[in-house]
Amino acid sequence: MNTQAAATSVRHSLVVDAPVEIAFSVFTEDFDSVKPREHNILGVDIAESVFEPRVGGHIVDRGVDGSECRWARVLAYEPPNRVVFSWDISPLWQIETDPDRTSEVEVRFVAESQDRTRVELEHRHLDRHGDGWEGMREGVGGDQGWPLYLDRFRTSAQQIEH
Amino acid sequence: MTGSAVSDNLPFVQTYRTDGLTALGDPTRRAIFERLADRPRAVGELAGELPVSRPAVSQHLKVLKEARLVTDQQVGTRRIYRVDPDGLERLRAYLDHFWDQALAGYRSAVEQRMKETS
Repeated sequence: MNTQAAATSVRHSLVVDAPVEIAFSVFTEDFDSVKPREHNILGVDIAESVFEPRVGGHIVDRGVDGSECRWARVLAYEPPNRVVFSWDISPLWQIETDPDRTSEVEVRFVAESQDRTRVELEHRHLDRHGDGWEGMREGVGGDQGWPLYLDRFRTSAQQIEH
Repeated sequence: MTGSAVSDNLPFVQTYRTDGLTALGDPTRRAIFERLADRPRAVGELAGELPVSRPAVSQHLKVLKEARLVTDQQVGTRRIYRVDPDGLERLRAYLDHFWDQALAGYRSAVEQRMKETS
């Protein structure tokens, strides 16, 4: 175990019964099925989430009223093995425009056999968001960000329980 | 990634366990945590608001404190608990949960795609 990484990152791993090409393409082409809808930075409901399949592209949430939220930048796009994208959402649940204060997500697709793929996800450099927390702690009415996260956490946790 | 050998055999189990998420996996602890996120409270207040005994509240607070989700402070004769202002562990717990959900959605989408292509 890498405890140093553990302190500032989140890791998940799963195995799916699909060839690596399909495992990769579902993640990128069908990102709408991946991202939980209730995690929403827009003021309106999300119509769809789109993963733009190229370096320099974005992950875009499109609202039912046509509004858009580009909350991730695609940093690496290497089908069918790997994608890396930034996480441009601050702990205050706003778009973070300073890239130095964003974390990043790497997803690797490793073929275990012709029809089995291991998917490894690492969301790392979470400490880069740290300044946001500092500001929140010192700011007036500074609890704004956390209750928003909490509401979403609660909503989604309830959905999982039911 | 030495933990990956374990997760190979236990799909969907993380390569390590997040203290914060484990702590918040319990409904009573989550209820306590949510109340503390609302405002700082003493043990007695929490026990009065929830259908849980005071010793049980203390035990849950101990777990939340170990997970670095809450901190405590002695104020006169009372010990006041609040959400830990160092938010990293909270952010991790939140994101851990987010990806747990996202990958469950992903798994379903892969299964759907395989059905369509077979």
